[in-house]
Amino acid sequence: MDEWRRLQPRKAGPYKVVGKPLPKVDAYSTVTGRAIYADDIMLPRMLYGGLLRSPHPHARIISINTRKARELPGVLAVITGEDLPRKYGILPSSQDETALAVDKVRYVGDPVAAVAATDPDTLEQALRLIEVEYEVLPVLMGIEEALAHPDIKIHEETRNGNIHKAVSYEFGDIEAGFAAADYVREDWFYYEGNNHVPIEAHACLARWEPDPHDPIGGKLTLWSSTQTPHYVHREVSKVLGIPPSHLRVIAPHVGGGFGGKSDPFSHEICACELARRTGRPVKITCTREEVFLIHRGRHPVKMWIKTGVKRDGTITAMHFRSFLDGGAYGSYGVATTYYTGALQPVTYALPAYKFEGMRVFTNKPPCGPKRGHGTPQPRFAVEVHLDKIAADLGIDPIELRKRNLVRPYSRTINGLRITSCALEECLDQVVARSGWREFHAARLAREAEAVRQSSPVRHGMGLALSTYICGAGKPIYWNDMPHSAVQIRLDRGGGVTVYCGATDIGQGSTSVLAYIVAEELGVEPERIHLETADTTLTPVDLGSYSSRVTFMAGNAAIQAARRLKELLHSVAAERLRLPPDRLESGDGFIYCVDDPQVALSFEQAVQLAEARYGALVAAGSYAPPEDIHGDFKGAGVGPSPAYSYSACVALVGVDIETGEVKVEKLWLAHDVGQAINPLLVAGQVEGSAYMGYGEALMEQQIFRKGRHKIPSILDYKIPTTLDTPEIETILVGQPDDEGPFGGKEAGQGPLLPVIPAIANAVYNAVGIRIDEVPITPDKVLRALKAAHSEPGERPLPPPRVTPIVLNELWPARLIRWSPEHLEQRPDPTNGHHQHPRQGESAPHGAASTSSQLPQKGGTA
Amino acid sequence: MLRLPPFRYLAPRTLGEATRLLAEEGPQAMPVAGGTDLLPNMKRRQFTPAVLIGLRHLRELKGISGSPEMGMRIGAGETLTSISNHPLICAHYPALALAAAAVSTPQLRNAGTIGGNILLDTRCNYYNQTEFWRHSIGYCMKRDGSICLVAPGSPRCWAISSADTAPVLVALQARVRLVSVRGEREIPIQELFYDDGMRPYTREADEILQEIWLPPALGWRSTYLKLRRRGSFDFPILGVAVALRREPDGRIGDARIALGAVASHPVEAEEAMARLRGQQPTPALLQEVATLAAKRARPLDNADLTITYRKQLTPVYVRRALDLLLEAEQGSGAE
Amino acid sequence: MRELITLRVNGERYEVAVLPHRTLLEVLREDLGLTGTKHGCELGECGACTVLLDGVPVLSCLTLPLEVQDCEITTIEGLEEQGRLHPLQETFAELGAAQCGYCTPGMLLSAVALLRQNPHPTREEIKQALSGNLCRCTGYTKIYEAIEAAAERLSVAHQGERRPDAALQP
Ligand SMILES: Cc1cc2nc3c(=O)[nH]c(=O)nc-3n(C[C@H](O)[C@H](O)[C@H](O)COP(=O)(O)OP(=O)(O)OC[C@H]3O[C@@H](n4cnc5c(N)ncnc54)[C@H](O)[C@@H]3O)c2cc1C
Ligand code: SF4
Ligand code: FES
Ligand code: FES
Repeated sequence: MDEWRRLQPRKAGPYKVVGKPLPKVDAYSTVTGRAIYADDIMLPRMLYGGLLRSPHPHARIISINTRKARELPGVLAVITGEDLPRKYGILPSSQDETALAVDKVRYVGDPVAAVAATDPDTLEQALRLIEVEYEVLPVLMGIEEALAHPDIKIHEETRNGNIHKAVSYEFGDIEAGFAAADYVREDWFYYEGNNHVPIEAHACLARWEPDPHDPIGGKLTLWSSTQTPHYVHREVSKVLGIPPSHLRVIAPHVGGGFGGKSDPFSHEICACELARRTGRPVKITCTREEVFLIHRGRHPVKMWIKTGVKRDGTITAMHFRSFLDGGAYGSYGVATTYYTGALQPVTYALPAYKFEGMRVFTNKPPCGPKRGHGTPQPRFAVEVHLDKIAADLGIDPIELRKRNLVRPYSRTINGLRITSCALEECLDQVVARSGWREFHAARLAREAEAVRQSSPVRHGMGLALSTYICGAGKPIYWNDMPHSAVQIRLDRGGGVTVYCGATDIGQGSTSVLAYIVAEELGVEPERIHLETADTTLTPVDLGSYSSRVTFMAGNAAIQAARRLKELLHSVAAERLRLPPDRLESGDGFIYCVDDPQVALSFEQAVQLAEARYGALVAAGSYAPPEDIHGDFKGAGVGPSPAYSYSACVALVGVDIETGEVKVEKLWLAHDVGQAINPLLVAGQVEGSAYMGYGEALMEQQIFRKGRHKIPSILDYKIPTTLDTPEIETILVGQPDDEGPFGGKEAGQGPLLPVIPAIANAVYNAVGIRIDEVPITPDKVLRALKAAHSEPGERPLPPPRVTPIVLNELWPARLIRWSPEHLEQRPDPTNGHHQHPRQGESAPHGAASTSSQLPQKGGTA
Repeated sequence: MLRLPPFRYLAPRTLGEATRLLAEEGPQAMPVAGGTDLLPNMKRRQFTPAVLIGLRHLRELKGISGSPEMGMRIGAGETLTSISNHPLICAHYPALALAAAAVSTPQLRNAGTIGGNILLDTRCNYYNQTEFWRHSIGYCMKRDGSICLVAPGSPRCWAISSADTAPVLVALQARVRLVSVRGEREIPIQELFYDDGMRPYTREADEILQEIWLPPALGWRSTYLKLRRRGSFDFPILGVAVALRREPDGRIGDARIALGAVASHPVEAEEAMARLRGQQPTPALLQEVATLAAKRARPLDNADLTITYRKQLTPVYVRRALDLLLEAEQGSGAE
Repeated sequence: MRELITLRVNGERYEVAVLPHRTLLEVLREDLGLTGTKHGCELGECGACTVLLDGVPVLSCLTLPLEVQDCEITTIEGLEEQGRLHPLQETFAELGAAQCGYCTPGMLLSAVALLRQNPHPTREEIKQALSGNLCRCTGYTKIYEAIEAAAERLSVAHQGERRPDAALQP
């Protein structure tokens, strides 16, 4: 296994900063109300902007008349689709959106026109004065409907009815796998979609600064509550036809994202265009209802799964199908489709795996990435399905899982490279801490006691495992450039400024950069000044999605810091008359490891280095290694430089008279590698568990008569303090070889096992299966009544997921692939992994010093 | 940002001035107390009054006085927080304290008044939507439209009476005093309600609800159970208020059961109440009573969760409320 | 038509001309520049806009400025006392109770009111007091821990005769 270990000169512990529960660097600005969020920015002469949205789920636009709105005093600009006709979309393969509808609207809420006015009241009036004539078209509101009506096309461009994307893969020999099984089981599952519900609604402010000498006419700045300023920068520039050099996108404090602020949005583009037209700053702040309409939330997914196992529970083959309800536009949907299939083999070792996925367009707000992007749905299906198999075979669900766990430092059947993995330890920890064995042993006594006390509540415990990526292995648009870059500048006075495009959406990514740089340079984190998420000031980081920031920006930061440290140590060595390898940095000094009294202050070292080398600026960058995935088409979704692992046990009480489920406690063990800051990691685990709990029991983005049924946070339920269960976090695992100081992700993975753990616990409590998320009390009660009806009663049938029947073959060409393909490749560097060329000051192999790139930074 | 429509704001200093202003301004004016129901409704353009008349500073609407022996008076302007914290109400009219404490959230209870709660607009999830949403679906008869979207063939509106305190005050047989320039009237609270989602109250547009009178509480026990999805914020999708008095021999002397959120007004379960009177409570009787009471619940598909579910839970909640009261009685008897 | 009103916010008097239909939330943020008060729904459904009126938590998105001219209004900006943070602000920062920080001002004001009424709340009492403030990031646990730690600090400080909570002295 040693070939996997990238021996790297990681700074030796014990660490001074890493691993300490320090406050976040922005903690004091948020607790005092000083932190500035997009809607908090007010500029002189600022206008209020807003969007007119489609009232119809599907309609052709016959005409738009904006005259009355334009003539209203106080209205400075009105724009419609023809003013911004360029198509865009987050994925290069799904360029299917326009900022304002051209010809057609595809969901209730699709933007049709935008207005800028001097005050909010005038804005509202103006939006009402715009007259739009529609021809209403037939409406498709679900997967089955969309498949049944290929003639009603939501997008003209789709080749096959309303199928946006279909994929089909076979890894290993699936037939042989099922033939070798002693037992085969099939199940259908459904996972209702849901919204991110960040407490901050999306907002943005655009400012145009004219310059008549500039052929472009001026420069544009956009402040927006976005997780991905870099992608917004690209798309806004494209749609407005302004070169990227003339556009600056800044993400101020962001009030939560969870994936919902990862697309370029109509309101951002319109604010920019309105600002350009009026020459005045324009702010657009979305209402809560608009957040539900903008959506990009969890896809509703219907899933079919078939698994073959040996008598002892060893899996021989798995076949998985997913049908995604994509809503009206592409968004990240192609990636989501792949993600519903890609990670199954990363949790359990599957000797043969077939995955077929498809995404259809419907007349609903577009779905996109939400915490766990495309993986909570299959996680729910797989973990419940395995529980059923364990019950069928009479095997303990823990044993069944243990038989099949993936092994550290292995390669999955679909070609993904697995490195550090403490999945088994996660499992053991939650089982031990939750008292799982004792709880199950006491089942009969507990039930007898409930009956004796005539209590309607039955308790149950359920368990599930999961895995998640630490950053997508590939960028969203194809390129060879780094995924993250960090620049550091040292000031004569000893100040350290870190520049990075990474966007803190509350997860603490900015803080993590500060800790990492502080540790590496040996200074206090308070000394560090951070400039982040500003496309003009900061080098590119692809954004806060796919749990990539700690891993990728962290590694880039280490590289940049090491380059500077080397310069500092070289001058310090000279001054202290010591060989550089006897020096270390810490507590604001560069000192001799043999005699810490022999030391130079950080400031002195900086001044000496500046005198010697000139201005002290260095850059570091990171791109994931190349050899972490298979070589088939579509292999780009799923690979990651490392995977986090989690296990969850849920304790629930189910009221058999009301169907109400109360989650009393969640135990969550998470393999984060090295926690850069355990306080932040625990916060991510708790927040994920909370969100998983909400998805399991109450959250659903549902529609009625073509409209979002409940676009408010009163009717769309998110858990309050009185609902949220107690959460016990257990951090396990060893530092990852390639992670910054060994760190892995924690922001999304811990959500995944919570939902199936709760579903399995409900089964354990009352013996019924709800194969549909969310598990609402009406479904539970209905299932209970169906299971326990008295003779003579005619209860409703239990809730059941209706299978999707395809009349034709799977609409995608089957791609067959096996890991042997990798071994057969002629490229000599591809044994299992390739060592990228090690730049001399690169922190370790993973931080690629990509050969195409001129080395930025270093000494000036 | 969702904002209010423009209006004029008047701040009378006395009840007399308030009723006069209300009469002068006519139906285009509305009183506002805590504003926690009216202002969200105005932001959604369910109401667009030209004038708001603030009741916040009226001394005549303040105060909680009296005693459980004599009965109590509660000013309509008292906040739900002060009612749920009031020691006499907690001890002797526990159903009211429970209902007030079950409303929405601490912040809303600090501002929301009992008068506003009693006169809460009826709710329906086709109606408690923004102007944009209602425009999109074509409006309904409760505001700006002509049909009912829940029951399209129906000539009436089925919006739901959703105030937590309303069924409790019915079960407690409270009376209310309404004041206008035309005079005052004091009526049993039942007479304040109509079974009509569009016009749920008999209050005239120029009347101000001044106070609530609770009858003496001696010998009565009461409780309130609320069905909702979350521990806070949510309106009831079922409210069960029960008040009982037992005879010294253990028989039930009198019982009142009122259901909230099952119709456009709080519903009294008369048949069930009659069945209980004069009886020794047994599990079988309580079950029967619960089933009888539940017959009065006719939910429609315009609130959270399914109709079947809300219907199925009514007898469970009624029985649980009765069990609670009778158990408590037994408990205290043993002391 | 605008009306000239006087608001007392964080101990300072502000004279502002407001339209009667502007909410306290809008006036605090847009007229007084006190953008620490946040908003997530404007309908009473999230608690992000919580401020204190005479020490009592209410929702500024459902409050008319015209009605609260006789009240002392406390916003997040008023919790610091001459540059010294309120113990709750300290513990929220130290213990990770603020992630994105967007619910934090509202949470803090609810918590300040709680500790003032009940200096040693139980976990259950804390949950009740915060049941009108939604947080989407933390799962609430760290918020409870921060409040418990602040309660501890306040009681120690109290013994040391320090006036702990000046923001709330009328
Ligand atoms: C998110 C949210 C959740 C809620 N949850 C609940 C809940 O669970 N249960 C519940 O019962 N309520 C709930 N409410 C509604 C509301 O907060 C309460 O009903 C509150 O008691 C209303 O009182 P108010 O003083 O704020 O009424 P206002 O909004 O001031 O008034 C309500 C209506 O009554 C009229 N009115 C008020 N006082 C008088 C008077 N004295 N004389 C004549 N007319 C008067 C007004 O003109 C208006 O039509 C919720 C509200 C929100 C925003
Ligand atoms: S019940 Fe019918 S008429 Fe009444 S509010 Fe609902 S949809 Fe409108
Ligand atoms: S902004 Fe959500 S409650 Fe006021
Ligand atoms: S910290 Fe983000 S909403 Fe609470």
